This record gives sequence, structure tokens and C-alpha cells, in this order.
Amino acid sequence: MSNATLKELSDRLAAGACSSVELAQDYTNKINGLGKDLGCFITVDAERSLAQAKAADARRAAGNAGPLTGVPLAHKDIFCADGWLTTCGSRMLSNFVSPYDAHVVGRCNAAGMVTLGKTNMDEFAMGSSNETSFFGPVRNPWNRDTVPGGSSGGSAAAVAARLAPAATGTDTGGSIRQPAALTGICGLKPTYGLVSRYGMIAFASSLDQAGPMARSAEDLGLLLNVMAGHDPRDSTSLERPAEDYNRNLAQPLKGLRVGLPREFFADGLSADVRRAVDEAVAEYRKLGATVVDVSLPNMGLSVPVYYVLAPAEASSNLSRFDGVRYGHRAAEYTDLMDMYKRTRAEGFGAEVKRRILIGTYVLSHGYYDAYYIRAQKLRRLIARDFVEAFKQCDVIMGPTSPTTAFRLGEKSADPVQMYLSDIYTIAVNLAGLPGMSIPCGFDGGGLPVGLQIIGNYFDEARMLNVAHQYQLATDWHRRAPQGVA
Amino acid sequence: MKWEVVIGLETHAQLSTVSKIFSGASTAFGAAPNTQACGVDIALPGVLPVLNTGAVERAIRFGLAVGAKINSPSIFARKNYFYPDLPKGYQISQFERPIVEGGTITIQVGEAEKTVRLTRAHLEEDAGKSLHEDFHGRSGIDLNRAGTPLLEIVSEPDMRSAEEAVAYARALHTLVRWIDVCDGNMQEGSFRCDANVSVRPAGAKELGTRREIKNLNSFRFLQQAIEYEVRWQIGEIEDGRTIQQATVLFDPDTGETRMMRTKEDAHDYRYFPDPDLLPLEVTAERMAAVREAMPVLPQLRREQFCAQYGLTSYDAGLLTASRELADYFSTAAAGADAKTGKLCANWISGALSARLNEESLDIAQSRVTAGRLRGLVDRIADGTLSGKMAREVFDAMWAGEGDADAIIAAKGLKQISDSGKIEKIVDQVLAANAQQVADFRAGKEKAFNSLVGQVMKASRGKANPQQVNDILRRRLAG
Repeated sequence: MSNATLKELSDRLAAGACSSVELAQDYTNKINGLGKDLGCFITVDAERSLAQAKAADARRAAGNAGPLTGVPLAHKDIFCADGWLTTCGSRMLSNFVSPYDAHVVGRCNAAGMVTLGKTNMDEFAMGSSNETSFFGPVRNPWNRDTVPGGSSGGSAAAVAARLAPAATGTDTGGSIRQPAALTGICGLKPTYGLVSRYGMIAFASSLDQAGPMARSAEDLGLLLNVMAGHDPRDSTSLERPAEDYNRNLAQPLKGLRVGLPREFFADGLSADVRRAVDEAVAEYRKLGATVVDVSLPNMGLSVPVYYVLAPAEASSNLSRFDGVRYGHRAAEYTDLMDMYKRTRAEGFGAEVKRRILIGTYVLSHGYYDAYYIRAQKLRRLIARDFVEAFKQCDVIMGPTSPTTAFRLGEKSADPVQMYLSDIYTIAVNLAGLPGMSIPCGFDGGGLPVGLQIIGNYFDEARMLNVAHQYQLATDWHRRAPQGVA
Repeated sequence: MKWEVVIGLETHAQLSTVSKIFSGASTAFGAAPNTQACGVDIALPGVLPVLNTGAVERAIRFGLAVGAKINSPSIFARKNYFYPDLPKGYQISQFERPIVEGGTITIQVGEAEKTVRLTRAHLEEDAGKSLHEDFHGRSGIDLNRAGTPLLEIVSEPDMRSAEEAVAYARALHTLVRWIDVCDGNMQEGSFRCDANVSVRPAGAKELGTRREIKNLNSFRFLQQAIEYEVRWQIGEIEDGRTIQQATVLFDPDTGETRMMRTKEDAHDYRYFPDPDLLPLEVTAERMAAVREAMPVLPQLRREQFCAQYGLTSYDAGLLTASRELADYFSTAAAGADAKTGKLCANWISGALSARLNEESLDIAQSRVTAGRLRGLVDRIADGTLSGKMAREVFDAMWAGEGDADAIIAAKGLKQISDSGKIEKIVDQVLAANAQQVADFRAGKEKAFNSLVGQVMKASRGKANPQQVNDILRRRLAG
């Protein structure tokens, strides 16, 4: 049963073929077995999950079920969930039980979905391998010696290992798409502002965006339908009429113009990834698409621009973790300054400290103009490149990540190498565009490759259509790691 | 050497919104600690600010009232520093583009008017409070005040004395209450000033090095602090020392300022635009709506009072200390001629104000309504009441004994203005006081006053004093 997609589970529940309680029980058992081996979850609470499942069954019996009522999912531990430990992968919040629900969690609850647990992640979403988590690394179910990517590594591995049919993730520079690619699942980062950030612990506010992770494009659309929508509690949340993101799934792709940015296929791209992406593009031609050569001339600047802006915002966003009101506080200290220093020295890991230092530096008097202001200007240039490219094409395609999953520890000593893992995803966040990753093959070692699809603003329905048509013609998204199905 | 004093003020006016600037929590003063701090105010992980449009509306109203430019968009920025009563580790404020830019405030020093230029006014949130007493070596944190909306109003260094600074602060205080953006309660900290003070040799072009006196929450402290600071700075320079830029605190107990921090320990606040808040756009329609609802401003009311009733600008200034007071005067003086208007002004600024002060009431709580005060003034103007009688009637009105005419009737206080009657009394008094008449004629002016007194006494205080004077003079000259 746990090999089923969201859509299939929804249909089975509707047909009375299974109950929500059975589903929750089944997934919970797997989470307590394989889930522990992989390190996917930080918190599970079977009692809570089963209570939600019972309520969902009752709701269905009362005739009030929606499409996802009773369907289980996992939440990245960056989302506050009322009564749940919400750690953000950090020692700093290792004792923080949230007194409220994030908008995303509230929407899922209101839809009747069942929370299976809170998934592991890079500390404060800072990382591309899930190795910076205070709660230990997550292992990639395709090869347990490799990383699942990050920062939504726990969510990605859980969905890949069939420990949850879907999960929520967040993407600041690729944190949904890169782990989706490395674990052979689907992940969508919506247009900035489509999903409320309320209750999602902030990393870099102008880039953070929540999105769905699942095993098919159709499932992404189902979950996005629940997650998206205006929220007055987030001033950057957009006021747009509600839409069904799956409304165009069946549309044929004839005439679709696929832009291939030449900068995506340059040095640094592994041969195996290139081959799989080329084959996917060939498949799209078969489906009736035409391919256009496009250019994003400033894309090379996106990693340095990102590593000025994201740490700048993070350095300020993380100031609230000071040991005064909640979270970790050093056991002993001599005075206020000492309390701050010890608390933050103990509470934050090395990567978080590195980014706070970078961010504090670039915002400092005398450096602000040279770094922060300059980076903001370049950010606009990078966004403009996409505007130009979309004059020639409907969607942009390329690799999600330059390589497949790398070995645990392989890049942890070299932050810059780690940062380059997001070289194809970061520009999308800087531009505020929607981007997604879907599985499109395997490398020589049997590790999955992700195809990135980037759409124009608010073009999620078209992107899902483009991905869904490919998934009707191929079965990469149905492949499961050995021993998990 | 002659020294010139240069003062600029930064004033924090707490905006009179019901809820906080970025959350729905109440701004009411005096609640138990931390009972008015919601998730946003205590900066839980994941919470976000949402701008209170009431605070924006008040900032615009202030900007229009001082003739400033309203920036659209204006930008919210984060001011980063660590302190336990600053829950987010940053204060949301405005830095490079404040909502209000420029503008002027007219102040009155004696009979002279002066214009003080404003640099800017920006929206920001207040911090919480650290409580250092009663916690046995620890500090308590009360976050009720965290997130309270403030308008920080910054003046140019246009003031040249403590008196001018106080006049400016008073004018600003009057204005923010007048246009209902701030309750002006200084004890509760709703209106507080920081004063930037420097001195320079008279005639010098360069400004001296300034020191900033923080958190002055009364006009008296403002005056004392500046006066002390000026003396101190001049003393330092005359003793051959130089002034270091610094932030100082005023101690009301000693009347002295003392150093809090020097420029060297100044924070680097690392301002940057807050990515959680969009640039604040103010539409032309919104501006028009605010302008539409704007009351007539004190400056214009003063000018109207002067023109209509011939009041001095000093008197008009007293009457426009608050909108309620100006309205009281307008009601009292409605339709009156200059003489009656002036009398109303004198009674309001005199007897009525004194009474209100004695009983710590404000004008809205006056026991004598504007209509009744006018009733009294009309009886003075038509000669029914002497000044002394009017005082008696006023006291009776204050005591709730009815309107002026009723009291006059009840007490039989009608003044005698009939010349025939007064002449009769005068003649009787002159006949009975031959010695004093002789004294007066011998050049003793004092004897005249004594005779007036006798006449008033004989009339039981009711004779019109002016007529008594005139008639006596005539008779004695005859």
C-alpha cells in the first residue's frame, strides 16, 4: 500500500478500500523501522497521527471529506506545528514545542491530512546534503553511503523510501529541487509569494518558499492546491484567485517551446547527468515540443550573489535565537553578553555560524554598498535574463544539480564545493520564479538524475502539465530504491 | 567669549492606535507584564510582521499637518542589535526612506515667532522594558510595550536656547494631540525627547561637537538638562578641553547629565530593508482622505483668533494649547465683538485656567460650560457686573448654582450704574468725610482712594467703580 501515490491513496480512501487509520498505522510502522535507519525524521508522534487519522475517518463518514482528507504526509521540521517539537534541525530549537501552526500546516490540517512526523533537514535549511543537521545526517535510500541532498533531505528521503506519500519542503536556493533530484522524486518550488511563509522558520526571507515534494507531478499539484493561497499574516503573500494547479494536466505538449540555457550545459556538469537530461529533452521532442537555445548571461553570478544576500538576511533572521525567551540557553554564564555568546556558540552549528558571520560582514558599515547593494543590483540583472529568455520559450529545462548524490562527508570540508551543488537552482530563487525537479534517469551507479523545469511567474499549472505528460510517457518516477517498495 | 547654543530634538510620539504596529496585540498602558505580547511581539520562530494601517494613517496626518513631503514608497528597515527587551534582535524602523520628509513647526518664544525645520518623521516599533528591580540579581523582561507604534520626529538643529527647545517640544506636543495621533501622556512615555546639544563661538559657521541627552519625559527636565549640558560644555571648552561626541543621561535628582556611551562604543546597526515588509505605497486617494479629515490646525486657529478678536499672539497661543481649549473659546466667543471676545479670552486664561489647575481638571471637565462663561462675560460687558462681582458669580457657577443671570438675581448682585443714585451716595460720603476732602485738596492723593472705598462700602459693593471714580473726581474738582 505504501507504494501508492497521493492520488491513488485519495481514490482508495474515497472508495472505502482502506481507512485513514490503517494508512497512518502502516506508514508509522515503516517510519519506526526503515525511517530510523535512514534518519529521515526528527520527531514522530504516532498517537497524534492516529488521532488525526481517526478524525479524518469520522469526517469522511460524515460526508465532509475533501480530496486529501485522511491522506498522510510529513512536514519538514522548519514548519511550526502546534504541540509538535519544531527544531529546524538545530540544537538551538531542540527543546522548542511550537504553540501554533504554520499556514502550510494549518492548511494541510484543514484539508484533513494526517501529519506523520517532522522530517530531518540541514540546520536552519543551510546546507545541500542534510549533513548540517544537529540530529545527524539523512541517508539516501538509493545508496546509504550517499547524501539525499538538502536542505529538505529528510522529506526527500522519506518520500523516496515510501515512508510518506508526500512531504512539505522549503526552497531558498534549491532545497526542494536538489534533494528531489538526488533521491529520484518530484519537488516544486512555487513562484515567490504563492505559499505563505507564516510559521515557516525564516532563513532568507526574500528567497524562502515552501512547496510540495511527492512522487508524481499530479501529486505535486494536489498538494500545492492545499498549500497555496493568500494569507494576510504574510505581507509578501500574493492576493490571487484560487486555482486548480492540475487543471491542465491532460493538455498535449505539441508546440511547447522548451528553452535550453547554454549556461546550464557548460563546465562542471557530470557526463551522466548531461546524458539523462539530453534524453529527457529528446523525449520532449517526441511529445511535440520544439527546443530553443536560450541564454542566461548573468547566471554565473547567481552563486556569489546568493551567498551575499541569503546570509545577510539570515544573520538578522537568526538574531531572535538569543536564549532569552525560548530554545537553548547555556547552562552557565557570568553576565548577559556571556549568556548570548555561550548560548549561540553552543546552539548553532558550524555552517550556520559561517553564514551569520558572512551576513554580518556584508551588512556592516563600509561594506554594505560593496556587497549587499551590489548583490541586489545583480539580482535584478539575473531576473531580467529570465524575462528575456521567456520571450523565446514557454519553459526552461536543464539539470537540477550538476551531479548525482555524493558520498556522505565528501563535500563537508569544502563549503564552496557544497555551494556549487546548487548552481542551477539558485538563480530561480533570486528571480522569484517557479522551478521543479522530476526524475529523468540514473547515472552509471544507479543513482537518480533530476530534470529541472523552470516556468514563468505563476505558470505552475503549465509546468505540472509539462511534467505530467513526460511521466505518462516514461516511468522514471515509478522506480523505487531496492528494498523499500 | 560669547557662545551660541545649537539644539536639535528627536521626539518619539507613541501613535494612538488600539493595536501594535506589526501585530494585533493591545497597546493599552499598565497591564500585567507580558499579558499584551503575542507571538509576533515575542518573536516566536516563523512569525511575520503585518503593518497596522492606522499607524500609517497617523503618520500621514502628521506629515500633512507640518507641510512635509509624504514619501511613496517609504521603506521599512531592520536596525540590528542584541538586547533582551528587543525580541527579534532587530527593531523594525525606517532608515533611508522615511514616510515623512521635511516640514516645519512654528514656535513662539515670548511674542516672537520662529520656524523650526523638520528633517523627517519615520515609523518604527518600540522595544519592551527591562526591569532590574525586585528580581534578586536577575532582570525581568516585560514585552507589553514591544511593538508599540512610534513616530520618531527629527528636527533640524534650529533651536538656539533651552527656551526655544521647550517651545518646540510644546508646540509639537500640542500638534500631535491636536490631530489625534498621540495622546501626549508624558508620564506614561507616550511623548519623549532626545536633545542633541552643542555650543560654538558666536558667529562661527561650523557646528560644535554634539552630545545627545536621551529620554527626557517632561518639559521641565528638557529645560534643566539642556541648561546644565550647555553650562557643562562651555565650561569644558573654556577649560581647554574638547567635547567628545557622546550619548548622556539626565539625572533629575542631581540636575546633571552623565555619560552613557561615547561614539567609540556606538553600535553598527547594519540597517537593511526588511524583506518581510513590502515598500509602503501611499496613494493619492489615501492622502486626500487624510487631508479631508484634518482639523483646522493650531497655527490657523491662532491667526483667526487674533484677526477676529484682536487678541495678542501670546493670548491666542494660550488658547490654542489644545484643540479642546480652542473649541471652548470659540464656543464662548461665538458671535461676540472684539471687546467681549477679549473678555472671554481673559476669563479662560485667567480664572478658569486657575480653577482647572487647582483641581487638576482639563478643559473638557470644566464645571462651567463655554455657554455659561459667555453669559457671565456678557453681564460684565453690559456693565451689570463689576470685576469683583463677576468673580463671585464665577465662583457660584463653578459651585453649580446655575447660570450667571440666575446667580445675579439670587444674590442681588446687580451693579448700580445709575448716575443719579451714585451721585447721591457720593454726596453723602463727601458730607460725612470733610477731613479727607480737605486732605485731598491739599494734595494727598491717598485720600481719594479712601473716599472711593467709602462710596463702594456705602453701596455695598454694587456701585460701578468706574462711575464712582468719575463722579468723585468731578465733585472734588468742583
